[in-house]
Amino acid sequence: MNAILRLDDVHTDIGQYHVLHGISLDVPEGGVHVLLGRNGAGKTTTLRTIMGLWRARRGAIVFRHHDITQMRTPDVARFGIAYVPENMGIFGGLTVEENMRLATATGVFDQARLQRVLALFPAMEKFWTKQAFALSGGQKQMLAISRAIIERRDLILIDEPTKGLAPAIIRAMIDAFREIARETTILLVEQNFLFARSLGSSVAVIDDGRIIHRGGMAELAADEALQTRLLSLSLAAHQ
Amino acid sequence: MTNISAFLARFGGVNLLPVALALLAFVLIGQPSSWVTLTVAGLAMGMMIFLMASGLSLIFGLMDVLNFGHSAFVSFGAFVAASVLAALGSWVTGGSAALNALALLAAVGAATAFGAVGGWFFERVIVKPVYKDHLRQILITMGALIVAEQLILAVWGGAPVAVPRPAFLTGSIVVGDVAVETYRIFAFALGLAVYLVMHYALNRTRIGLLIRAGVENREMVEALGFRIDRLFIAVFMAGSALAAMGGAMWAGYQGLITPAIGPEMMILVFIVVIIGGLGSIQGSLLGAILVGLLANYVAFLAPKLSLASNMLLMMAILLWRPYGLRPAIKG
Repeated sequence: MNAILRLDDVHTDIGQYHVLHGISLDVPEGGVHVLLGRNGAGKTTTLRTIMGLWRARRGAIVFRHHDITQMRTPDVARFGIAYVPENMGIFGGLTVEENMRLATATGVFDQARLQRVLALFPAMEKFWTKQAFALSGGQKQMLAISRAIIERRDLILIDEPTKGLAPAIIRAMIDAFREIARETTILLVEQNFLFARSLGSSVAVIDDGRIIHRGGMAELAADEALQTRLLSLSLAAHQ
Repeated sequence: MTNISAFLARFGGVNLLPVALALLAFVLIGQPSSWVTLTVAGLAMGMMIFLMASGLSLIFGLMDVLNFGHSAFVSFGAFVAASVLAALGSWVTGGSAALNALALLAAVGAATAFGAVGGWFFERVIVKPVYKDHLRQILITMGALIVAEQLILAVWGGAPVAVPRPAFLTGSIVVGDVAVETYRIFAFALGLAVYLVMHYALNRTRIGLLIRAGVENREMVEALGFRIDRLFIAVFMAGSALAAMGGAMWAGYQGLITPAIGPEMMILVFIVVIIGGLGSIQGSLLGAILVGLLANYVAFLAPKLSLASNMLLMMAILLWRPYGLRPAIKG
């Protein structure tokens, strides 16, 4: 299995708190790979550490055979990793177009690619000249994802994209992610197991800053007892 | 308060506040010639304060830095411009408008360049080590301000320094029984030109887009692949250069300057930044014009209230809009 991203015994502190206690994780190239875990387990910290937004105190993060552990965030981004944070990171005072233009390396859109992105998320074209603060929660999430894919990226880190979204929007999101995953690897942090199950090819479960399970999504989806044990909650409730 | 906002929005929103203030003053003053003179003086003063405040607002908004040393650049700008004008004495007082203009250009240019270079040094040496620590920012920038004042005292002395005004900007333009100082018209025009350039740069260029995005969410700008620290340096240099330019213009307006020129102006500058809204150039312009107009109208109508008027304006606006008139949108 060819891993596009490898985390090896990564420890991260936030202030005086030791949050990641030696995360080791391989993300295979291609498809959607899911990082599951309860609140406070360390999912977001893992993504932020990969992006260099928080520094790993120990361990190594290797992306396409390059050690990016101590790289600055902008360098990590230029290396081909896009990040969609939990709060979406939308610039509310900028228009939809400006938000997306900012994510291009030169400020110029590749028109063919732009049309593909707009086809995935037609609302973006509709609100192209509107300030982003006026968008709904679902539209903001679409903008955040559009921004992440407006240029070719090798890996996209997405943090809980379904949080607070209506079921209809989540269904549209599933279709969009399937399309995106045809050319880009996605590492998806989720608590919504239904969403994660419908997309993920592999899954890792994190708890208390450690990976406590890794394997195929199909196996986890088929084993309700394992789900309950790993995630400490009745996943049936999410289904 | 919501009703007032909704009512104002129907007629142009907060942008109409200076117009409303001017109309109210027209009724209270009663003499059109005095009103025109005071209005032009207020607009000129507002534009000079805008020059000083706009940079501070961007530095606040983008970098989250409380720079109490900003006034040092106002003072340095004033003294550098005064020295250049004094050195070019014959150009300044001579009859040639071209030489007058060259002297003014050299003085304002030298002050602005000094502000930019000083801003670079200040950001790298003073501010960079205390990012994300507001208490230390206040302490260290206040300390730097004291050092800057002592430097000015050491170089230029404590006695007031006369600032020669280029001959082509002396005198007034008289229309009917209205007399308007030429220098005030020039100060207003320069401020307006700087605002238009800044507006263009922020809204039509890539670096402007990055600055506007950075004011909202620095972390996301970095996650998109841009070095925010480089943007910080550029904005700090530009903000300091604008403060120095404002100081140079204010020196010419006052005619006599002391090392306290910067700190004296900082009260008004902070009021402008706060009522305009942090990180917003349009807010700074609006706030500066309101402050300039109010200062002049109240000085005429009720001189004893002159000092308090802008404080009262700030209190009233913050009660109405706690984030200022036109704050930068966050998220």
